[in-house]
Amino acid sequence: MAAHPGGLTVVAGAVADAVDTVTTDLTSTIDDAPAAVVVQDLVRTYGVPTKTDGETPVLLGVDLTIRQGEFVAILGRSGSGKSTLLRALAGLDHDVSGSGTVVVPERVSVVFQDSRLLPWARVLDNVTLGLRHADDLGRERLAEVGLAGRERAWPTELSGGEQQRVSLARSLVREPQLLLADEPFGALDALTRIRMHTLLRELCARHRPAVLLVTHDVDEAITLADRVVVLDSGRISLHLPVDLEGTRSAADPGFAALRARLLDALGVPPTEGTE
Amino acid sequence: MSTLTLPRALHTGPHSGTGTAAAARRRTTRRLGPGRPIRGSAAIGLLTLLVVWSVGSLTGFIDTRTLSAPWTVVTTAGDLIADGRLQTNLAVSAQRAFLGLLIGIAVGTALALVSGLSRIGEAFIDGPVQVKRAIPSLALLPLLILWLGIGEPMKVVTITLGVAVPVYIHTHNGLRTIDARYVELAETVGLSRWGFVTRVILPGALPGFLLGLRFAVTAAWLSLVVVEQINGTAGIGYMMELARTYGQTEIIVVGLVLYGVLGYGSDAVVRLVQRRALSWRRTLAD
Ligand SMILES: Nc1ncnc2c1ncn2[C@@H]1O[C@H](COP(=O)(O)OP(=O)(O)O)[C@@H](O)[C@H]1O
Ligand SMILES: [Mg+2]
Repeated sequence: MAAHPGGLTVVAGAVADAVDTVTTDLTSTIDDAPAAVVVQDLVRTYGVPTKTDGETPVLLGVDLTIRQGEFVAILGRSGSGKSTLLRALAGLDHDVSGSGTVVVPERVSVVFQDSRLLPWARVLDNVTLGLRHADDLGRERLAEVGLAGRERAWPTELSGGEQQRVSLARSLVREPQLLLADEPFGALDALTRIRMHTLLRELCARHRPAVLLVTHDVDEAITLADRVVVLDSGRISLHLPVDLEGTRSAADPGFAALRARLLDALGVPPTEGTE
Repeated sequence: MSTLTLPRALHTGPHSGTGTAAAARRRTTRRLGPGRPIRGSAAIGLLTLLVVWSVGSLTGFIDTRTLSAPWTVVTTAGDLIADGRLQTNLAVSAQRAFLGLLIGIAVGTALALVSGLSRIGEAFIDGPVQVKRAIPSLALLPLLILWLGIGEPMKVVTITLGVAVPVYIHTHNGLRTIDARYVELAETVGLSRWGFVTRVILPGALPGFLLGLRFAVTAAWLSLVVVEQINGTAGIGYMMELARTYGQTEIIVVGLVLYGVLGYGSDAVVRLVQRRALSWRRTLAD
């Protein structure tokens, strides 16, 4: 158990130990896989609690379980606390107080909305940041995201999409058991975003981390996730499994039905939903 | 203003051609940038000054007792080299400046790191340095002379003080202004304290350090000029001071040119280092 600011219990690595037997069993479906992430009754408030009598918490008791290899997308209005939840899982919430239990695996990687590459480090050094003797693995991951041969480039020499691919490679080179992504494609153009969706799906299928993807794009959530949850008024207001067969297309009636339900849960009138 | 203009790409100048070779050679510049770099731009202003000086001396517009003609300065420099005076004095000056610069950079950088990496260090170091910054090194000269006498230590210490402050200020500022997002990144990739310092903090503060270095080099020469006029027995400043008592403007001008060359040369070296070390940066000047 790790000490955590704000009286929160964080158990890192606890789930990972009990898991070895299952990861080899490829026939097991996600439904019976053990939990990779457990969030129980998570309450979070910004600011010093004693001073903020009137301030309402951002998260008011979030319960969420993510299974091994499961891809969960989280939707919610702007300011609903999606990033706050993700930062709690990443252990990056130093400026908040709260209570609850968060159990995360040992190896957690984060992909930010900005690619957050160190501008003074070459692409490969960015990918292997914090790792030792990982150059070969880094090259391999760069090749996986389609950037073989760009190892020696400076981040400023890459396009926005390429930079985000480097950041994906950086997160995958650590073999994460949990991948946290906070609107990773939010700053990309629509075409690049579609390519990134395909890439992310391939990568997740290969490396099978549990994924929590924060997004504001309903279609993106349905396209990528095994399950979509909606965060509203500080709680998870909807769990929606995405049980679509084969390749997911927005033209699919099942897809449209899911979209309608999610938009409804987000409080968007149906006419505006179809963009 | 409603004249119809062609989109930029459709303009075809007489030289733009259609061959791929021409297209490959084409380099455009930023519209809002300062424009293409002019080759040897640094020399243009200097040459103009030299021409004005020469013409002024030739026509007698500039009295040679006020300012010697360029050619007199050149022949004087030749004479000084021939009898070895220039070399000896230059060596003494260069050694002073170099020593002060070296110690000053080390001290400034060390203080900046301690103060930038720990709050306790900052509490003890930053205040005094900021106060020292407000007092010009040269104002401390009377005190330093009382403490250290008029010998070599006083001269080197004065230069050191002038150098350490800009190095400290800019390196510390560079450290403190490293984007907090990179700190967050370092946490998520599990960088160790040491890894954080070497991979994030130091390279992040390098631009600040190099800027401080440029100020430091200038400060070193400035301090040198002043301390050398105080009871020297050797050095360029001493040579000039001696020349003043004999009214030899040409030697004074040789000294000035030398100071200029040294100051400019060392700044150019730092700029070169800057360009090399910061090749990852894209700035308006590129
Ligand atoms: N560092 C912070 N300090 C104070 N309030 C914050 C901070 N970060 C976020 N908030 C507030 O918390 C709420 C949730 O923010 P966030 O989790 O970023 O929302 P989302 O990512 O869903 O858009 C917002 O109302 C926001 O104003
Ligand atoms: Mg957010």
